[in-house]
Amino acid sequence: METQVRGARSGRPRVELVCPAGHLPGLKAAVDNGADAVYLGFRDATNARNFSGLNFAPDEIPVAIDYARARGVRVFLAINTYPSQAQWRQWCAAVDAAVALGVDALILADLGLLHYCAERHPGQRLHLSVQASATNHQAIGFYARECGIQRVVLPRVLSLAQVRAVIERVDVEVEVFGFGSLCVMVEGRCSLSAYATGESPNMSGVCSPAKAVSWEETPEGRRVRLNGLLVDVYGGSERAGYPQLCKGRFEVREHTFYALEEPTSLNVLDILPQLVVAGVAAIKVEGRQRSPAYVAQTTRVLRAALDTCLADPERFAVRAEWIAALDRLSEGSCHTLGAYHRPWQ
Amino acid sequence: MTHAQQQGARTMRLALGPILYFWERRVVFEFYRAAADWPVDIVYLGETVCSKRRELRREDWLAIAADLAGAGKEVVLSTLALLEAESELSYMRRIVGNGTFTIEANDMGAVNLAAGRTPFVAGPGINVYNARTLAVLARAGAKRWVAPVELDRAALAALLAEQPQGMQAEVYAFGPLPLSHSARCFTARAHNLSKDECGFVCRDYPAGLLLSTQEQEPFLRLNGVQTLSARLYALVGVIDDMRALGVDVLRVAPQPDGTEEVVRTFRGAMDGEIETRAALRELARHAPYGLCNGHWYGQAGMEWVNDG
Repeated sequence: METQVRGARSGRPRVELVCPAGHLPGLKAAVDNGADAVYLGFRDATNARNFSGLNFAPDEIPVAIDYARARGVRVFLAINTYPSQAQWRQWCAAVDAAVALGVDALILADLGLLHYCAERHPGQRLHLSVQASATNHQAIGFYARECGIQRVVLPRVLSLAQVRAVIERVDVEVEVFGFGSLCVMVEGRCSLSAYATGESPNMSGVCSPAKAVSWEETPEGRRVRLNGLLVDVYGGSERAGYPQLCKGRFEVREHTFYALEEPTSLNVLDILPQLVVAGVAAIKVEGRQRSPAYVAQTTRVLRAALDTCLADPERFAVRAEWIAALDRLSEGSCHTLGAYHRPWQ
Repeated sequence: MTHAQQQGARTMRLALGPILYFWERRVVFEFYRAAADWPVDIVYLGETVCSKRRELRREDWLAIAADLAGAGKEVVLSTLALLEAESELSYMRRIVGNGTFTIEANDMGAVNLAAGRTPFVAGPGINVYNARTLAVLARAGAKRWVAPVELDRAALAALLAEQPQGMQAEVYAFGPLPLSHSARCFTARAHNLSKDECGFVCRDYPAGLLLSTQEQEPFLRLNGVQTLSARLYALVGVIDDMRALGVDVLRVAPQPDGTEEVVRTFRGAMDGEIETRAALRELARHAPYGLCNGHWYGQAGMEWVNDG
C-alpha cells in the first residue's frame, strides 16, 4: 500500500520533502512540520548512521509507520551499508524485515543486496542510496536495469547543470540533498575514516567515529584528535567543532587551513526553483543524528520554502529569516551550495 | 578441494596499476618503455582521476598498449573513477569500444557500457563486498575484481571462498591507498585556484601534494580531485597467505621513483627469492612517509603491523 504524497493530493507538482527520523521524537517532528516522507533505519550497522542511541528497533517501527501514515506521510527505510560475506545473511534478514513491515521504499546501496531484494521481493519499491555513488546516467541505468530501482539519490558532487543532464537522461526519479551536513567526497567511496580509525561509512555505518575522538587542553588551545591524529587546534575564542577528517585544519605548502573543506552545511534554497524546474522528484534533509528540534526547524523552513517555490517558481525569492533559521542549525553557522555551484569545485 | 584451493595452485601474477598522478607526456612514455622490460605480467593504462589531464590522447595510450602487448604483457585500459560530465562518458565509450583490450571499470557507468560487450576488470572504484555483488558483475562480463582497500583478511577470505567460477581476484598490494574522490580539486584549492582555472598545478607534484597535521605528521597526498594516503600500503609480508587464500594478482601502483625496484622486490618475494625482511627494507627506501598495512589486519589503514 503506497501512501499518497501531499503534493499529489493538492494537485501541485510532486516534489517530495524527505526528512530524517533518527528516533520517534524526530519522526514526529518531521511529520508534524510538513515532511512528505521520512527515512529511518534499524538500530544496527545496516544503516549509514550507526550511532549509539539512534535509530529504531524493529518493534518500534510499526508505531512510527502508523504515526506517519495517519498524516499522509510516507516512510522509507535505509539499509545502506555494504555487507561483507560474513554479514550477508543479517543484511538480507534486515531487507526481509523491512519489506514485512510494509515501508513505502527501501533505500539500498549494495549491488548484491539490491539484486537480492529485487528477486525476492519484486513488488518492493527501491531507492538507490547516495552511498551507491551513482553520479551519471550510465551508472543509474545499470541499477535500473539490473535491480529495477525507481529512484536515485544523487551524490553531492554534481553541479546544477550536471543534475539537469542526469534528470533528462534517466527513467527513474531523482532525489537531491537540500540541507544538512556536507559530504565533500563522493559518498560510498570514501575511506578516509577507515584509513584513520579502521571504521568506515561503507562497512561500519560511521564516519570519524566518536569513540576515536579525544580532546586535550594545551597552552596553545584545545587539540582534538581522531585515533591520535591531530585534526584541529582551537584557539581561545574559537568554537570547537566535531573532528570530521574532511573538515579539519591541516598543513599544505606551509600553510595551515581547511585544506579539504570548512565546517559548513549544504543549503540549496538559492537554487530551489532551478531544481524544481529541472524536475527533481524529492529534496532530502540530512541529519538522522540530530535532535528533534533540528528536524522540526529544518522541516518547517524547507516546507515553507518548497511550498512558496512550487506555487510560483519564477517569482521565488529566498527569505532572510529562512536563511537565518537554517544557519543557526548549521555546522560553523554558515552554508554553501557545495558542488551545485561550480566555483566551489 | 574448494574453488579457492584450486585457484591457490595457480601462479600468482604481478600487475602494474594505472599512473594515479599527472605526469608529463615524455615521462609517461619513458616510464612504459622501461616497464616493458620489468617482471610484471599485467599493465593497467590510462587516466583514472581527472578528465582534464590530457597529456596523452586515446591514440597515445593505444600505442603504448600495443607496445606492451608486443612485449608479452596483458594490457588493460583503465577508466575514470568519478564520472560526471557527458564528455567523460563519451570518452569512456570510445575506450570501452577499443576492440582489442580489456578495460578496467572504476564506476558502475563503465560497467554498464561494458556489460555484454566486452570483458572487464571491476577496479578498486567498484564496491565489491560480497559474493552476490560479484555474481551480478560476473554476469555482466567481469573476469577479475580488485578488492576494496578497506577489506581485511577475514572479509577477503570469506569472499574468495564464494567467488564465481573463473573469476580472478586482485589485491592492491603496494602504493598510496586511494582514499576518496571529490568534485573539488584539492590541489587547485591549496593554490587558491578553482578547478576550472587550475592551470594543471598537479603536474608540479608527481607524487601528490603532501597534507600534514599541525604536528607535521604526514597524512595525505592531494592528487587533484583524489586523496591518497601519505604512507604506502605494503602487503609484501603476507604474499604466501594471499596465495593460499586464492588471490590471483597483486597490484603495484606506480611512483615517480623506484617503481622498477619495487616491482623486482615483489617479484622476488613472490618467487621466494627475497626474504620478507629484506623486501620490506627495500620498499621502505621508496616510502618517505612510511609504510602501512593496517587494513589487512582489520585495523586503521594507516597503522603498521610488523609482519616481517
